[in-house]
Amino acid sequence: MINFLSWVLLLSGCFCVLISAIGLIRMPDLFTRMHAAGVGDTLGAILVIAGLMLQAGPTLLLAKLVLIMFFLLFTGPTACHALAKAALAGGEKPLLDDNNQ
Amino acid sequence: MTHHFILRVITKLLIPLILLFALYVQFHGDFGPGGGFQAGVIIAAALVLYALVFGLNTASAVIKEWVLLVLIPLGVLIYAGVGVASLLLGGNYLDYNVLAHDPVHGQHLGILLVELGVGMTVAAVLTTIFFAFAGRGHRDANGNLLPHSALSDEIRNRKDGQP
Repeated sequence: MINFLSWVLLLSGCFCVLISAIGLIRMPDLFTRMHAAGVGDTLGAILVIAGLMLQAGPTLLLAKLVLIMFFLLFTGPTACHALAKAALAGGEKPLLDDNNQ
Repeated sequence: MTHHFILRVITKLLIPLILLFALYVQFHGDFGPGGGFQAGVIIAAALVLYALVFGLNTASAVIKEWVLLVLIPLGVLIYAGVGVASLLLGGNYLDYNVLAHDPVHGQHLGILLVELGVGMTVAAVLTTIFFAFAGRGHRDANGNLLPHSALSDEIRNRKDGQP
């Protein structure tokens, strides 16, 4: 049962990372690409690590995985935020719908 | 745009963890992957992150540049000193077995000291390189960093096209 749950988490995490990779290529401008990469990647990494935690069981490995998960949980969105701020400060304008321009 | 509130909070949260991980890598080097070079790079990364978010002046107040310039040769000196010490104790250069009464203890001691020297030098060199590059054009004639207010004035003048 735990094995099954772990595989469900691992595969859904892989699915999220795949979607964010496709979004990174297909999206039209910097901000939408960053949205795809940042959101999808964070969720995907957390799901994969949750799956690995179920595989590890209550060992020292579990504690290390928890630490890695917290690291990714904080650094991923922060890096995205810093990138978006730098792009705005550098004069990059978000792509808007034609009616709103 | 000037405050970078989120970056400051997250950086304050992360820097102790980065330093702790660097120490783990440093002292776990005898049993697993890791060692002085990697630990030094991680410590330098923490200092560079601090300098990027809080500014070069604050970072050089945290760790003075002369301290870095002392740490660079000190690390090399520790490394070479362990080698010379084992020479003086009757072994080959960097032969750790003679450093203690028990060869295994001697090897533990020798690896620990050598990795400490490597870590100090690598961390100090990388931080010094970053400071040297990031401080270009922001120093007075004596090589001291300009205060932050003078810095922003200077940059503003440069944007207006004045000397």
